[in-house]
Amino acid sequence: MRFSGLRVFREGLTGNKGWTPHWRDPEPKAEYDIVIIGGGGHGLSTAYYLAKEHGLTNVAVLEKGYIGGGNVGRNTTIVRANYFLPGNSEFYSHSLRLWEGLEEDLNYNVMHSQRGIINLFHSDGQRDAAARRGNMMISQGDDAILLDRDGLRAMVPYLNFDDLRFPLYGGLYHPRGGTARHDAVAWGYARGADQRGVDLIQNCEVTGIDIENGAVRGVQTTRGPIRAKKVAMVAAGRSGQVAAMAGMRLPVESHVLQAFVTEGLKPCIDQVITFGMGHFYISQSDKGGLVFGGDLDFYASYAARGNLPTVENVMEAGMALMPMIGKARVLRSWGGIMDMTPDGSPIIDHTGITGLYLNCGWNYGGFKAVPGSGNVFAHLIATGDYHENATGFRLDRFRSGQGIIDEEGTGSQHNLH
Amino acid sequence: MRISCPHCGERDRREFYYRGAAVDLERPAPDAGEAAWDDFVYLRDNPAGVTRELWYHEGGCGAWIVVTRDTVTHDMLGSELASEVSA
Repeated sequence: MRFSGLRVFREGLTGNKGWTPHWRDPEPKAEYDIVIIGGGGHGLSTAYYLAKEHGLTNVAVLEKGYIGGGNVGRNTTIVRANYFLPGNSEFYSHSLRLWEGLEEDLNYNVMHSQRGIINLFHSDGQRDAAARRGNMMISQGDDAILLDRDGLRAMVPYLNFDDLRFPLYGGLYHPRGGTARHDAVAWGYARGADQRGVDLIQNCEVTGIDIENGAVRGVQTTRGPIRAKKVAMVAAGRSGQVAAMAGMRLPVESHVLQAFVTEGLKPCIDQVITFGMGHFYISQSDKGGLVFGGDLDFYASYAARGNLPTVENVMEAGMALMPMIGKARVLRSWGGIMDMTPDGSPIIDHTGITGLYLNCGWNYGGFKAVPGSGNVFAHLIATGDYHENATGFRLDRFRSGQGIIDEEGTGSQHNLH
Repeated sequence: MRISCPHCGERDRREFYYRGAAVDLERPAPDAGEAAWDDFVYLRDNPAGVTRELWYHEGGCGAWIVVTRDTVTHDMLGSELASEVSA
């Protein structure tokens, strides 16, 4: 089934009876060339690019819940390429370029909206840092515009410019940044992978990883054993438990990050706005809800829900920055399980076990990386070599101390990134 | 979430600073080697379930506390002074 304007028109006139399920619901086969553990955004995009770019279609994605039910449905949908350090810089730039061609590539409307992102700053020192970051973004091939106070006011006049503690000096504007519809990204990749022959197996939890003589042989699951020549672990917040089945201990601690959405409102916030000092960021969904979030709760958690001190802190930061949102009523909040690494950057690498690959450690920045992560991980699995835009995400960088990518310069404590 | 301080009793989570897994109680010797230090600084068991952590009663008595806690339910299962655990 292909989507097109004509098809939508025809279905509209004929009672929408011609739409079919977007992917099959196959029984797991006894053996695959490649098994991907985790049917989230990253696992699905990995499967898609394995099939599309490497012709590898004897692939299964094993998802313990349902497609779209994990972190790909528990985020704030922001897409950007405003990273600074080599290693991150070229990777997120690569990912943003994939986003820009994604809808055509998938024949699926992921509602990618390049509405721009503004990172606010509040002092001369922060302005210098923003200018330096902007120059890095431009030199990596992306875009950045340094807004002074008047330029900022022209774009977002409703902010509290004269807050005593954090007066607004300006903002770093990244026009190609924006948002996308998170569920549609999962569904689009799932559909694309399925159409190329990948089996998406839902309600199939991996309970063991079979390793013989230092090489992976397959997995044990709640739906029976599955043999595989290669196994890819892409389990985000649950990476620690999955890797433990292979006898591995990861440089990861899982934390809860909360986010919130208000009732639907008329359009009022046109860009994504980030207020780093309050660790507050906000955008408005196409449905009208204000989607915003804050910092971690700061303690290890798998509960997928947080506690009130962080809720209070986020609301206070929002009110300090844009007092107008005080009238909006919060509808829902949720928590995602973030696999926090000691330098705040991800891991995409071999594992030391032949045929077993690892993709984890996305901290709270995994959504924007969905296309890039799957693309470079598929390259690693298919060819055995690092993709040219993902040579830095090595597992051994912590042990060796070589190539640590600490974007925020906050040191080795997992929850401080 | 409320945390029991052995000195002060049950207090609001806001009074405490979270350090991480209670690995600091078993700091390796300076010459223990790369693997031991990698293990100590970076690698974590990261359990979904019962875990032992170090918290600091920053807004209270200033004690470092070893908290036993469930990371799935947020249940508090016990706390003791780090000074007594490591002594």
